[in-house]
Parts: sequence; C-alpha cells; structure tokens
Amino acid sequence: MSEAIGLWIGALLTLGIFSFLYKDNPLYKFCEALFVGISAGYFVVISYWQIIVAKMVDVLRVGFDYWIVLRYFDFQSWLPLLGGVFGILMLLRLFPKIGWISRWSLALVVGTTAGLYFTVYLVSNGMMQVKSTIIPLYVAGDMSTTIGNIVVVLGTVCGLIYFFFSKEHKGVFGGVAKIGIWFIMITFGASFGYTVMSRMSLLIGRMDYLGISFGEFLKLLK
Amino acid sequence: MNFFEKLLVIDRRVIFLFVAVAIAVPLFFKVNLKVDITPEVRKVYDIMENLPEGSKVLVAFDYDPGSMPELQPMAESFIRHCIRKKLKMIIMGLWPQGFIQANQALEKVLKEEEFKDVKLEEGVDWVNLGYAAGNEVVIERMGSDISAVFAADYRGMKLGNLPLMKGVKNFSNIDFIYNLSAGYPGTQEWVQFAVDKFGAKLAAGNTAVQAPLIYPFYPKQLLGVLGGMKGAAEYEVLMGIPATGVKYMFSQSVAHGVVCFFVIIGNLAFFLTRGKRKSGGQK
Repeated sequence: MSEAIGLWIGALLTLGIFSFLYKDNPLYKFCEALFVGISAGYFVVISYWQIIVAKMVDVLRVGFDYWIVLRYFDFQSWLPLLGGVFGILMLLRLFPKIGWISRWSLALVVGTTAGLYFTVYLVSNGMMQVKSTIIPLYVAGDMSTTIGNIVVVLGTVCGLIYFFFSKEHKGVFGGVAKIGIWFIMITFGASFGYTVMSRMSLLIGRMDYLGISFGEFLKLLK
Repeated sequence: MNFFEKLLVIDRRVIFLFVAVAIAVPLFFKVNLKVDITPEVRKVYDIMENLPEGSKVLVAFDYDPGSMPELQPMAESFIRHCIRKKLKMIIMGLWPQGFIQANQALEKVLKEEEFKDVKLEEGVDWVNLGYAAGNEVVIERMGSDISAVFAADYRGMKLGNLPLMKGVKNFSNIDFIYNLSAGYPGTQEWVQFAVDKFGAKLAAGNTAVQAPLIYPFYPKQLLGVLGGMKGAAEYEVLMGIPATGVKYMFSQSVAHGVVCFFVIIGNLAFFLTRGKRKSGGQK
C-alpha cells in the first residue's frame, strides 16, 4: 500500500509538471517549488554529511585522538583544517568590508583546478585526439573502415581549416573550409538528433511510470 | 488561409498532444523491433564475454533518477552480464544517488527468472562502495589508493573486512571499468584520469545527449560506448534478454516518426507559403 501511495504521489507530481505544457498554472508552480526545495535540501544534507563531516570532521577527530592519546601530531589528519579555514574565508563574501579575503580561497580553487586540468586536457583532449586521427587511409580488404578513416581525417582537416582565420577563405582554401562547415553542420545535426532521442527517452520513462501508477490504482479498485 | 498557412500557425499544444499519443500508445503493445548492433556496443559485450570468471569489474554509477529511462536499462543489462559470467562487481558512484540506482538495478535483476536462484553474497560477489564527494579528484586518488576515498562500503563495513576488496589497491587490480554517466562528473573524467593517467580499461554507457561528446574517445581511449536508449536496447539484444530498453524502442521509433513528419510538413508549409509572405501577405 505504501508503495502504491508513493507511486500516486509521483504520478500526480508528474502530471502537475506536464500541466505546464497546456499553460502556466498554480499546480505547476507548486510542483516546481516542491522540486526546487527538495533538491536544495537534499544537496545541503549530502554536502554536510559527505563533505564537511566525512572529509573534515571525521578526519580531524582522528588527528585529535592521536594527539590526546599518543601525543602524536599526525599532519595528514590535520590537513583538512586548512581546507576548512579556506572554506570559511570564502563565506566572508557575505561581509562587504572584508569580502576581499574570499579571493584567497577563490585563487586557490582556480589555481589548483587550472593546474590539475592543464596537463589532463592537453593529453586526453589534445594529444590523444590528434593521435586518434593519425590512421591509415586505406585498410586492405576492409572497405567500410577505409571509408570511415577517410571521413575522420577529411572531417578533422576541413573542420580545422574552417577555424583558421589568418587566411581569407577564397579559392581552394575557401572550398576546403566550405567542406569543413558541412562536416560541422552534420555534426550539429547528429548531436541535435541525439538530444531529441534523449528527451523522448525521458518522456517515455515518465509515460511508463504514469501507466504503472494507473495500473496500481486500477488494482486497488478491484 | 489555406491548409499550409494554417499549419504554420498551429497551436504548439496540438504537436505536444501528437507526441504524447505517439509515445503512450506504443507502450501498450509488445513489439520487439529489429535492433541493429553497432560495433561500439558489440565491443563492450565482447570484452565482458572474454573476461575470465571471477574477474573484478568496477561499475561507476554516475547518474541520478533523472536519467533512469536511458541508463537504468544499461545498468540492468550489465549486471545481468556480470552475474551470468560470474564476475565480481565493485559498485560506486560519483553522483550522490548513483549507488542507490545500483542497488535498485541489482534487486530487480535478482528477481528475474534466469537469476532468481542465484545467490550473491554482499562483500564477496559484489560490493557497493557508495558515494564519494570530490568528482574527478576521487578518480585521481583511486588510481593510487581506492581506500583513500572509500574507507568503507555504503553500509559502513571497512574495506579490509570485505573479502572482495582484499588485494584491490587501485585500478591495476581491476580488470575492467564500466561507467554509466549522465554528465559531470562522468565518462570524460574517467577517460582523462583513469584511462590516460593510470591505463585503466574503460567502456561507458551514456545518455544520448552526452553520447556525441563521448564518441571521439572511441576506440583508442574508450573501448566501447552505449549511446542512449538505442545502446541499451542493443546490449539487451546481445544478451538475449529483451527488457526495458527494447520495450521503449518501439515508442521511441514512433515518436521519432512523428517528429520527422512535423519537421517535413513544417518545412514544406514554410516553403510553399514563402511567395505569399514575400508579396506582403501573412508575415
């Protein structure tokens, strides 16, 4: 019974959100507010338990225990305190007079993220992708791979030429750039097609859920 | 106002209604459409088939209920394959609700006809490490020491007390990684940190929105990709167990047909009424 009630609440909220497709209405506003509120609450609880407690408080507690019982300073266990201090500094933005201090935390975040990603993007999204386009243009006995490889190489080269603006897009260069824009347009089209498929999938999932909920409702009536 | 002019000013709610009917009605019919298998999906299946019994597979559930219709069928198929091949599953999530999705999928699969008599012992045959905050940094640290980010499983059992985790220090002790992803953190981060940095073997199942961004990593950095509901359906066909993915594909196909019809008729109406608009008719 409790499962059925859960299903019906879900179904009613789904219908409430769908009602926006007809026009804006109080039921939709209620469902939207409920969703936003629950999501925010969930995020706060998760952040508190999984980040503040699990990554800082629990680790500090271990460091504190070491210090109290063994008089041993475990540097590793006290390290999250530094993160905690920088976290508090970030909150100083709320006080305009000393808000500038929050830039230290921001600088740390930006700096570490840039450092972390600099080599990662260079290798994974740069070098490895270049390596992936260095492929044979003819594979003996495998026509589909041959055509596929030609398309990959041609598309990459033409696409890159389209984005080369130091030379006017005229003559052969302009022609290649035009092929490049065709490749880009086809890519956008395929991407849009995938997006439609994804959105339809979500709608199918919801429709199926409504069907299941309605089935449960009918079972109860019997 | 002729028929085509009327089409151009049609109320969008009429189109919504057509799409809703196109999706809902096929759900009442059991039609198993022919699903062609793409090489990217077959590759994932073949890798799984070639893993010896007892191999350790890390499954990262990086999605939440919002992406269930696409990713849950993929998760269920993959779990079926793991159980059938007697592989050990190490489950985790970089999204807070990911590991809950994993438990739901496992629970559902174990109720199915083929698997209802299978006895899986938690901690021995599978383990759910739960959620770890930290996005890509979690992957980075797992590369050197999994216990640095997951000290215990989602129930609070220490990793050292779990037989399955004995001898599993980092990615080098894991035979295959499968990532189910709906965005960030997800497949791209797994490629960047687990594959390119630590040499892990990775395949992924993605939402259709994300799939075009992930395909460039195939086949060098990513061994296989399941893209959207079609990918899920393909894997179900390969497994010989047509389930939710295949069931949904009929609705998907009809809905796509309706969308294509409206795109064609809309463009036709636009071009056929262009002359009239140019001559100062309806704008």
